[in-house]
Amino acid sequence: MGNCSKCKEKAIFLNPNFCKKHFIDYFENKVKKTIKDYGLFSKKDKIAVACSGGKDSTTILFILKKSGFNVEALAINEGIDSYRNHTLVDLKKFCKENKVKLKVVSFKEEFENTLDEMLKQRKNPCTVCGIFRRNLMNRYSKDYDKIVTGHNLDDEAQAVMMNLFTANVDLLDKSNPKSKKIKGFTQRIKPLYFCSEKEVAAYALLKGFEVGFTECPYVHKAFRHDVRSALNNFEEEHKGTKLNILKKHLKNISKIKTSSESIAYCSECGEPSRGKICKACKLLSEIQSFK
Amino acid sequence: MKIFIEKDKKNIEKKFFGKTFDLLKLLNINPETVLVVKNGELISEDETLKDSDTVKILSVISGG
Ligand SMILES: [Zn+2]
Ligand SMILES: [Zn+2]
Repeated sequence: MGNCSKCKEKAIFLNPNFCKKHFIDYFENKVKKTIKDYGLFSKKDKIAVACSGGKDSTTILFILKKSGFNVEALAINEGIDSYRNHTLVDLKKFCKENKVKLKVVSFKEEFENTLDEMLKQRKNPCTVCGIFRRNLMNRYSKDYDKIVTGHNLDDEAQAVMMNLFTANVDLLDKSNPKSKKIKGFTQRIKPLYFCSEKEVAAYALLKGFEVGFTECPYVHKAFRHDVRSALNNFEEEHKGTKLNILKKHLKNISKIKTSSESIAYCSECGEPSRGKICKACKLLSEIQSFK
Repeated sequence: MKIFIEKDKKNIEKKFFGKTFDLLKLLNINPETVLVVKNGELISEDETLKDSDTVKILSVISGG
C-alpha cells in the first residue's frame, strides 16, 4: 500500500509518494531548488508576479512571499464577463490576507475597450488578448527587476511539442526557466518550470487556496488541448515523459547560439518591437479605425 | 457511491468498491489530469474506496 517515502503516514500523492506534510516540503523545496540552480533571482530583486487568480500564479506568489522575496502582484483585467471578475475577486482576497500589494490594469482603461467589446470587430480572441496582455505586462513591470509567471511543467512541455508539430524554431528558447535579457523587456521567470500541473493543483488544494475550476469562455485551444491529451496519455504509460522532454529541450537550447537579432523600438509607444510599429499599437489603430 | 466530476460539472451515482485507480479507469479519466478527494480529504490513487464514500474528482487544468 502507498505509504509516504519519508515517514510511515499514508501517502496522499503518488510518484513520488508523500503524506501531506512531506508533499508540501517536497514541492516548496523543488521550487527553491529551481530558483537556486538556474539563478532566477535573489532577495535583492524587486519581483512582479503576473497573477490571474488561478492555481499556478497564486501558488508561486504564495511561496515567494512566504520565502521572504520582495514580491508584488500584477493582474490584468481583460474585461471578460463572468470569468475574470470572478478570478479577480479571489485574487484580491488572497492578496489582502497575505499582505501582498496588488495592481490591476484593465484593457478598458488602457485601450478604451474591454476584450468583449473589441471582439465585436475582431476574429481570434486569443491573439487580441495575447498582444494586449503582453504589452501591459511589460509596460507595468518596468519598475521591477523580474516578472514571474505561473507556467508549469505541463505548459512548458506542451509548448515544446507544439513547436515541434509546427516546425517552429522562432519560439524554441521561449520555453526556459528564465528569458534572455533584452533591453526594454522585463526578464520573465518561471519558477514552477519543473512542477507538474497535478503537483501544483495538489499544493493549491492542500493549502486551501480558493481557486475554482474556471475556464476562459473564449478558450478554443483545440491544438493545445490535443497536445496536452497526447502528453498525458504518454505520461500514464511512460512515467517521466514530460520532465524528460524539458530536460532534453534545455540541453538542446543551451547548445544553440542565438543570433543577436537586433531589436527595434516602436515609434508610437517606444516598446520593443520587431517592426517600426509594435503589434499592440497596430492592433489598437485597427480597432479604433473600425468604429 | 456519490461522485462529483468537476470537469463536466455533474454528480453521478455508481455502485463501486475498489481502488481509486480502477474507478478512474472505469470513468475513462486519466489520473494525470485529476485529483481525487474522498470525504473532503485528498487521497492517492491506490486508496481503496467503499460504496458509502463521497468522492470528488477535481480537474487539475485551469484556464490560466
Ligand atoms: Zn511523510
Ligand atoms: Zn507601440
